[in-house]
Amino acid sequence: MLSFDLLGNALVSGLLLGGFYAAVTIGVSISFGMLDIVNIAHPAFIVLGSYCAWLLNTWIGLDPILASVLLAPLFYLLGAAIYQTYHVSFERRGDQSLRGLAFFFGLLFITEVGLVLVFGVDYRLVQAAYVGTTLHFGVIDVPLRLLVPCLVSLVLIALLYQFLSRTFIGRAVQAVAQDPLALRLMAADPVRLKRIAFGISIATASIAGAILIVIQPVEPSVARDYIGRVFAICVLGGLGSFAGTVLAAIGLGIMESLTATFYGPSWAPAVAFGFLLGTLALRPAGLFGRG
Amino acid sequence: MTALLEVRGLSKRFGGFVALGDIDLDVAEGERVGLIGPNGSGKSTLVNCVCGTLRHEGGTVRFAGHALNGLPPYRRTRLGVARSFQLPRPFVGMSLADNLRIPLEYALRHRGGEAAIAARCHALLASVGLEGKAAQRPAELTQIEMRKLELARAMAAEPRLLIADEAMAGLSHQEVDEILALLLRLNQQGVTVIMIEHIMRAVMQFSQRLVVLVAGRKIADGEPDLVIRDPEVERAYLGE
Amino acid sequence: MSNTRFLGCAVLVAALAYGAAVAVHNSYVFFAGYVVLQYIVLATAWNVLGGYTGYVNFGVAGFFALGAYCSVALVKLLPGLPIPAMMLAGAFVSGVVGLGMGWLTLRLRGAYFSIATLAMAVVLQTLMVNWEYVGGSGGAYTMRPQRAPFFGLDYIQYLFLLMLALAVSAVCIARTIERSRLGRGLAAIRDDELAAEASGVPSLRLKLAATALSGALMGMAGAPLPFYVTYLDPTSAFSLSYAVNSIAMPLIGGTASWAGPVIGAVLLGTLQQVATVTISSALNLLIVGVLLVVFVVAAPNGIIGLSGRRATAPRLRRFLAPGRP
Repeated sequence: MLSFDLLGNALVSGLLLGGFYAAVTIGVSISFGMLDIVNIAHPAFIVLGSYCAWLLNTWIGLDPILASVLLAPLFYLLGAAIYQTYHVSFERRGDQSLRGLAFFFGLLFITEVGLVLVFGVDYRLVQAAYVGTTLHFGVIDVPLRLLVPCLVSLVLIALLYQFLSRTFIGRAVQAVAQDPLALRLMAADPVRLKRIAFGISIATASIAGAILIVIQPVEPSVARDYIGRVFAICVLGGLGSFAGTVLAAIGLGIMESLTATFYGPSWAPAVAFGFLLGTLALRPAGLFGRG
Repeated sequence: MTALLEVRGLSKRFGGFVALGDIDLDVAEGERVGLIGPNGSGKSTLVNCVCGTLRHEGGTVRFAGHALNGLPPYRRTRLGVARSFQLPRPFVGMSLADNLRIPLEYALRHRGGEAAIAARCHALLASVGLEGKAAQRPAELTQIEMRKLELARAMAAEPRLLIADEAMAGLSHQEVDEILALLLRLNQQGVTVIMIEHIMRAVMQFSQRLVVLVAGRKIADGEPDLVIRDPEVERAYLGE
Repeated sequence: MSNTRFLGCAVLVAALAYGAAVAVHNSYVFFAGYVVLQYIVLATAWNVLGGYTGYVNFGVAGFFALGAYCSVALVKLLPGLPIPAMMLAGAFVSGVVGLGMGWLTLRLRGAYFSIATLAMAVVLQTLMVNWEYVGGSGGAYTMRPQRAPFFGLDYIQYLFLLMLALAVSAVCIARTIERSRLGRGLAAIRDDELAAEASGVPSLRLKLAATALSGALMGMAGAPLPFYVTYLDPTSAFSLSYAVNSIAMPLIGGTASWAGPVIGAVLLGTLQQVATVTISSALNLLIVGVLLVVFVVAAPNGIIGLSGRRATAPRLRRFLAPGRP
């Protein structure tokens, strides 16, 4: 006995949630999909972004999304610094896999525990005009706290796509992802380009963090729930393909929403990770991209 | 008599790009075959498909009567197909002797005991002139020494067919001669060799038969002197 | 030194450790010691797949907690079952899960395997949260008997001895592997998997063996946990700190041989036991994370690597050095 307004609402929230998931994942699409750097700490930086947005929101009443845009340059610098360390310690030595993974895992952990030490384990919320409001279309409810993040996410991704395909630096970044040697032969510095790309990837975490805390209350260990989602979407959507990322994100959002509505929210984390395991087992090349 | 290596209709694509299209190739036991072609023509892809490193979409590969399709690389090595890598890939965490020990223990399932294995490693290193460096790590080797190690490791598996993938690239005239002599010696001992090379002098000296690959297709296969005079081959190398 | 002689030495060291612990006359030593021994097992188990083979397992907590929850279920199903039997059951279950997960993901790049291990841990945690038989999200209580089944020992001493035996076994197994044909194959896979396959190494098979063994040891380490903590809930059982520690300890001590995880576990484990008493546990974990990053960046070969080839006495170096028969 399927309840259609329940189903309808689940689908709509899933769609909006998926849009948001795309913003969460786009940074990893860049760092893992294009640069082949397994930054599993990305969700922790997103949560860091949430807390930064929360701070500005609580102290000076600034809109969280606006705050995150202002803070994005700082996150960019953080990303550049992390990449530089990564490059000097691992890429140059050719010792990437084991130690590189351990490095990012360490960063994930340090960020999460650091946040616990500074902010404690209480959930944090933000105050913004749209957080409480819900639009009604017949039986379908569209909470603004889901709609706004979804829209911001799509705008972010569209801007990034324009940057990568229209600007000189953006195209150079795409080139380094495909053929670093050829790039060096053309006297462009692949390390600098990768640093820029990775910086951008972390900058997106700032914005993703702000929209995260609009959607749900945040506490430090929330990051872990997103690791599986992010990589599941990235792999399923095809590494580095923006269109694939958006579609896979929406797909996952809908599946999670349906599971939560009909089976209960405590099963939701397993959906993403189960998805991931299934994807890895069957189609590591994803739907759109290379394997 | 059936060929040692029988490749029929082999094709491999990467997404939309056709790396190999419908390749047929026979190699008889004891033959010395040279495989040449411009960069990107699919030579290494062919090696990877024959050795199992890459999965190919179409065609079959048979070796000594065994169907190789679907077999993982280690099974093919145990059947007698060995290859050296274009860019040497030594086991950097081990000594040279231990590098050779791996194929002895795994490809040959050598169970002779410590002394026998050590002696065999030493003999192999001696055959490429590296016995003095048996206890050193690959990081301490020169370019040509790495190439020799690469070949020694392939030989350690006592293959019936050895595919040498650009083993001479970037070497000096004298070093090329050293590797050439090594491969000829191997062939005299009964190993069938496919040499993939860009250095024409070496290929011409070595090959009994020459195969030319251009843009994923075989455009020539025959006597070396005739093949290099083939107008299509000239066009591929020199342009119109 | 032959494998049997090493085992003899290890048992001797273990006996001395136990004797010293008894001499202190404070049962807290057994509580703290249990944790350090547990980490010796976890770090050694992780290193078989990590340091020896080059595949990073982030889902340590998954295998570990699975062993613990197996015991919780067995306590209800078969009350009176001795803990060693539960450890074997935990080993079996975790080993099989490791095998299954490995079969799904070990054909892919190492990075995908690592992400999959995280996924597995979360899936397992979600399953345990939703399984009321073992307590669900509310957790499960386990009675800890007063006395051990033999010699009338304090129960905590019994648990300590069990973990001590497991630690000795794990280290001996690791060392045996290191020096064996299997260990050389794993090292070849670690150095260059493609070249290893081309040299006749059945890489998938060996990786599966390493994953299953590693998982089984972790499951065994988890089996006595419900008796140690008496209250087990999914959040603490699946804590990410298990993964961080199991990775940090070998990376800090040195991943190339059995000695690194032991050194890392003893140093870091003891440090944490001391720290938990003096500073907050969150700060304690932060230090572990920072040490991990610092060592990975600055000292890739761990403490053993830092000690340098010239500085260490040749005898000691040979003793600690990776597999040379």
